[in-house]
Amino acid sequence: MPPEIAQFLSGSVLLFLLFGTGALVAAIAMVLFPNPVRSALCLVLNLFCVAALYLLLNAYFLATVQVIVYAGAIMVLFLFVIMLLNLGAPDRAIDRLRWQQPVAIGVALVLASVFGAVVYESVPATEPSVQMAVPAAPEAPSDRPAYVQVRPDPDTMPPVTPDTMGTASGIGRNLYDPGQAWLFPFEATSILLLIAVIGAVVLAKRRLPGETDLATTRIGDGGSNE
Amino acid sequence: MNPEIAANSAANPLLPVNGAVPLSWYLILSAMLFLIGVVGVLVKRNPIVIFMSVELMLNAVNVSFIAFGRYLGHVGGQMISIFVMAVAAAEVAVGLGILISIFRSRENINVDEVNLMKG
Repeated sequence: MPPEIAQFLSGSVLLFLLFGTGALVAAIAMVLFPNPVRSALCLVLNLFCVAALYLLLNAYFLATVQVIVYAGAIMVLFLFVIMLLNLGAPDRAIDRLRWQQPVAIGVALVLASVFGAVVYESVPATEPSVQMAVPAAPEAPSDRPAYVQVRPDPDTMPPVTPDTMGTASGIGRNLYDPGQAWLFPFEATSILLLIAVIGAVVLAKRRLPGETDLATTRIGDGGSNE
Repeated sequence: MNPEIAANSAANPLLPVNGAVPLSWYLILSAMLFLIGVVGVLVKRNPIVIFMSVELMLNAVNVSFIAFGRYLGHVGGQMISIFVMAVAAAEVAVGLGILISIFRSRENINVDEVNLMKG
């Protein structure tokens, strides 16, 4: 391969083109399919392609989480609700606002021009270096005897570099580091998930006879259901 | 290829340098995925598909975050992506609960006809 072409075509570029195109095609097919089940399956394909892009970006842990949480749990939930509510009817059968589609396409074109202008103007002339300078590992001698260290000492572990920060170890050591800003959002996320679980149960649970339905009670109704 | 063009393209952020995918490609892909999600939210009438389009938009933003984190060598991009995923999971759980609740009370979840909160 001539060197001027080898400069543009490498393995990572080819993989990006493959999975980026796959993600785009799957996303467009998701919007174009009238059948919600096919849309959901296209979204699964899109999520897999995006997970492959995460791997290209050295985000190994997030790629795994993407497949397990998004393509696994969330999409199963979507398909379950589609089939539970029998929503497989094509979209056009319930389409009543004819003018909405051209308006939506116009809005999308405006947004596309805004995005294009931002990307065109804000991409710097020279890319920042992919590899950041990594400070050398601190040679902190441990005053404890060796047999006390039943688990790795954070002082003697190799530092988290841009290459290793996508691994489970790198994610965990940054996420739970009290010296960084991520511990409090992490705890807040746990409360958010708890609220979501309680809210979903309250919303979706079947009313027992004689019980006030929290989800559909109107304020000021005195607890009586409509 | 003309060597002059090759020399110019080395400084062009839209072309790969030494076989590395430029950051701008990830940003353009992210913007396109986000746009497709916006079109889906605006065009589709089925609330489930609208939810899926919202998921697509969240994913597009995640691509941006992770690409920025990778190219700037900062761990914050991946951290924020984790939180975005958690929020997306919570949103799906609550949203699908709302859909089931609406469907139970009116047997119809066309977004044009659900106007309980209209003033």
